[in-house]
Amino acid sequence: MTVRPMVNRDSQFFWDGTQVGELRIQVCNACGAKRFPPGPACQSCEAYDRGFEVASGEGTVFSYVVHRHPPVPGKELPIVIALVDLDEGVRMVGEVVGAGASDGDIAICDRLRVDYNRVDDDLTLPVWRKA
Amino acid sequence: MSGPSGGLSGRAAIVGIGATEFSKASGRSELQLSVEAVRAAVADAGLSMAEVDGLTTFTMDTSSEIAVARELGLSELRFFSRINYGGGAACATVQQAAMAVATGVADVVVAYRGFNERSESRFGQFSVAAATQVNTNGLDNAWSYPFGLGTPAATVAMQARRYMHEYGATSADFGAVAVADRRHAATNPAAFFHGKPITIEDHQASRMIADPLHLLDCCQESDGAQALVVVSAERARDLPQKPAYVAAAAQGSGRDQFVMTSYYRDDIGIPEMGVVGRELWRQSGLTPADMPMAILYDHFTPYVLMQLEELGFCGRGEAPGFVADGAIEVGGRLPLNTHGGQLGEAYIHGMNGIAEGVRQIRGTSVNPVAAAADSHVLVTAGTGVPTSGLILSA
Repeated sequence: MTVRPMVNRDSQFFWDGTQVGELRIQVCNACGAKRFPPGPACQSCEAYDRGFEVASGEGTVFSYVVHRHPPVPGKELPIVIALVDLDEGVRMVGEVVGAGASDGDIAICDRLRVDYNRVDDDLTLPVWRKA
Repeated sequence: MSGPSGGLSGRAAIVGIGATEFSKASGRSELQLSVEAVRAAVADAGLSMAEVDGLTTFTMDTSSEIAVARELGLSELRFFSRINYGGGAACATVQQAAMAVATGVADVVVAYRGFNERSESRFGQFSVAAATQVNTNGLDNAWSYPFGLGTPAATVAMQARRYMHEYGATSADFGAVAVADRRHAATNPAAFFHGKPITIEDHQASRMIADPLHLLDCCQESDGAQALVVVSAERARDLPQKPAYVAAAAQGSGRDQFVMTSYYRDDIGIPEMGVVGRELWRQSGLTPADMPMAILYDHFTPYVLMQLEELGFCGRGEAPGFVADGAIEVGGRLPLNTHGGQLGEAYIHGMNGIAEGVRQIRGTSVNPVAAAADSHVLVTAGTGVPTSGLILSA
């Protein structure tokens, strides 16, 4: 079973976005600062007034892990998990699928593009593929 | 002794240490383990149980202060507290105790940690519970666990890979820590890996867990408990054991701090340990050059290198050179983890490392560093999390 994310008022917009194929990044309506992970108070201007923009869905590998042991619920190992620097300037964790997990299959600075893994009617996870 | 800050420095001391055996299957409850360790520590201090009026532990500990107090037959507790963030709590429990005795809030405070971390709930496994906590920690974990990133090893491997990329560090550089720990454990009868040293070739040949981390980069999972007795410096002078004075005790959290996943800073790494280090040096008036050795939290080897940099023993990216050629083994420039660390002795969430610091100050370590008994030992707590540190002084 896939581990489901805890969701609250501050993060609901992100998961609503993945359901409709959008990778949403929080943007402060007052000062324009982008932020991931999201939160209720702008770290730049202290405003509580926030919206979002839809990311282009492209990014660059900042770091990555090939997870081999121990088991991960809902996953067939090994899996590749990356820190992705989005072109919009924020960073997020994501699974890299379809690239293989052998030496040389993935590297820091590789370009990635987002895709979506529909787990069930209530949850869609963003995943990443080599661009 | 008394430090320069006019605050906490030199006003409290660790005067008793006690532990259970360290194993993979204790055969008794976590509560019993903690009670046994507290009894042993209070006896070591030369105190009676009736004098204990404070208890402190980790938020993660499954045995509450009142449950421990009941088993010990304590009549009144005047101080009890818990510290959050996993192994980052270790040295902070001593800070809590030191602040309590230094201010007279309590007279005898025991810090304890006990668990069946191998035979019951294993911390090395993927923790669905961590991802479903109904609090901000659970919400934070929504940005990693559902994507498959949820074991301690994997979260550290993400940092390690970037560190290798930035500074040219290699897996063998991380392995130097494992080799040192296991060499020290080999001569420690209390260590699970007593009599079992490893070579760098063993490290390199061990299976991959979460690339770039090999099995031998990862600490053990252990059953056991450790307790530490803290009293005021004045009281300590009247007790049988040589006091390990608390020259400094600090906590630290950095900007944009998360638990194991502080990945959203421009430079990732562990700046929270820099917060701890700067405060330790400020409180004590000491510098890295004054430390003949250190106990650096070693749940995973890469963070030992990064701690050396954050604490000021070497510059950023210089730790691979610093740890080379046996420099961190007994006889080297800065021996680390002389009990064998959590890779070699046992993983008791950093509390067993504090006990080793006390033994070095007393001169009773199985791997003594002679200068430590006349000077200082630096001890740190969990890395990748909000954390803590101590400087113990003779």
